[in-house]
Amino acid sequence: MQQNSSEYKKLLKKAERLAYSGLFLMGISIGLLFLKIYDPTLSIFEGKQEIAEVIDEDLIENGIHVRTGFVDDVGLMTVVNNCTNCHSSKLVIQNRMNEDRWNATIKWMQETQNLWPLGDNQKIIVDYLVKNYPPVEKGRRASLTNINWYELKK
Amino acid sequence: MERRKFIKKTTLTSLAALIGTEIVFGSNMLKDYKPLALQETDPFKLFSLDSEMVVLNDKPWNIEAKAHLLDDKITPSSKMFIRNNGLISTEIDEQNWTLTIDGESVKNKTTFTLNDLKTKFKEYTYQLTLECGGNGRSEFDPPAKGNQWTVGAVSCATWTGVRLKDVLEAAGIKNDAVYIGYHAADTHLSGDPSKEPISRGAPMSKALEDETLIAYKMNGKKIPLAHGFPLRLVAGGWPASVSGKWINRISIRNIEHDGTKMTGTAYRVPKFPVAPGEKVKDEDMKIIESMPVKSLITYPKSGAIIKKGDSLAIRGHAWAGDLEVAKMEYSIDFGATWHQASIDKPVNRLAWQHFSASINFPKVGYYEVWARATDSNNIAQPMLLPGWNPKGYLNNACHRIAIKVK
Repeated sequence: MQQNSSEYKKLLKKAERLAYSGLFLMGISIGLLFLKIYDPTLSIFEGKQEIAEVIDEDLIENGIHVRTGFVDDVGLMTVVNNCTNCHSSKLVIQNRMNEDRWNATIKWMQETQNLWPLGDNQKIIVDYLVKNYPPVEKGRRASLTNINWYELKK
Repeated sequence: MERRKFIKKTTLTSLAALIGTEIVFGSNMLKDYKPLALQETDPFKLFSLDSEMVVLNDKPWNIEAKAHLLDDKITPSSKMFIRNNGLISTEIDEQNWTLTIDGESVKNKTTFTLNDLKTKFKEYTYQLTLECGGNGRSEFDPPAKGNQWTVGAVSCATWTGVRLKDVLEAAGIKNDAVYIGYHAADTHLSGDPSKEPISRGAPMSKALEDETLIAYKMNGKKIPLAHGFPLRLVAGGWPASVSGKWINRISIRNIEHDGTKMTGTAYRVPKFPVAPGEKVKDEDMKIIESMPVKSLITYPKSGAIIKKGDSLAIRGHAWAGDLEVAKMEYSIDFGATWHQASIDKPVNRLAWQHFSASINFPKVGYYEVWARATDSNNIAQPMLLPGWNPKGYLNNACHRIAIKVK
């Protein structure tokens, strides 16, 4: 009888394990089913989508518009929307011009580079550029700056 | 396929959101074309660049070296400046690439395959100096518009290919030929297929020089994509924009070539000296031809600290457009006294020349080593900025490095 009872217990444990495994597998199947319903291409199993990188397109950190590097100021988004479609914001940021020359540059882009008419936005754009990217006087030859000093090995 | 469509659609939509407007020509995007925003955006990986290269612009790519990166006698592609005017084509097919010679002054319009070029003509290899016309632009005051190059838009790689003159002569050159103009496979920034990003050229005299090549190899290998794969016109000593990349057509013209960036103010300087900031009429501008004499100290890197009593070995390169560098000097007292450096002969015409010197400093303190090259016409580099010009070209002022003696 004792033998029978331990046998019975073993059988019970086996059945229990089987039931749990079944439950586990069912859970996974349901999970997969939901995944298939909500993400039919099962794209979460493929690497991070590059599209995700543009989610923070308006992020400003330390006064700088992170995506473009432009200074955050009145007119920022007008500049972003009109001036970074063809060329990079880097081309704008590295230049320093006064009002006349920014306007002349816009005229040149309209005449030769397919830039559309800017209308009232032109003043917003030029005001933003003149304020944030004005010419800096360098003279006929500037001093050497930003020297990274290092011991020269022989 | 479904997935690609989905991604393309969301990409167009998110790009539209990103730029706040509809993508003009968006519907024309080729099935497999990845919009720029989704292309590899790390130029260091994309072009296998040295980590110290400086990206000035990423659309189009404009990347320069620093003086100390250019220490190699033959510039490797990892340290070679990139100046693109448009977008690199995503459909470059080497197998089916052709070069057509046409224009008003060609006797027989002829199309060559790459294999024709390699088998029908004699191959030549030259080391050729290519410097961007705007190298040094960042120093002009008032500042000039454009990429703000400092000193690193120059290279001297070896180029292998056939002589342009052999190919032009095979097609036949009429007596009224005055200029050649190249056409290439890059895309205008606006995406407008009717516009060429750049289509420059050279007068027949430069086109017919021995060293003017239609190259298919750089430093012994296929030309890197950023430098014009599979075919590049290479005209050493002239603004590097004459050396068209990804070329598929060369027109022999009976007029000065009038392609994109040949006219107006592009790659032109005033015919006479002008005051800084002066407005110059288009008709008073002339096309830049041979580049001016210039040099770079490539060793040591600026900022070296040495011990009192130690001598300092410096070295670098000097070049002079179509001419040769005849003399090389350095100064450690801001030009009050100049000392001769030794200068090698070029390995071939239009290659840069290597100079070296050993310098002793009289006492501890802050020094600047200034280098000055003089060309075979006895014209030297100025210590101050040369004549201001509206587009900020041809800054050949002396290069200098900072040294501290302790």
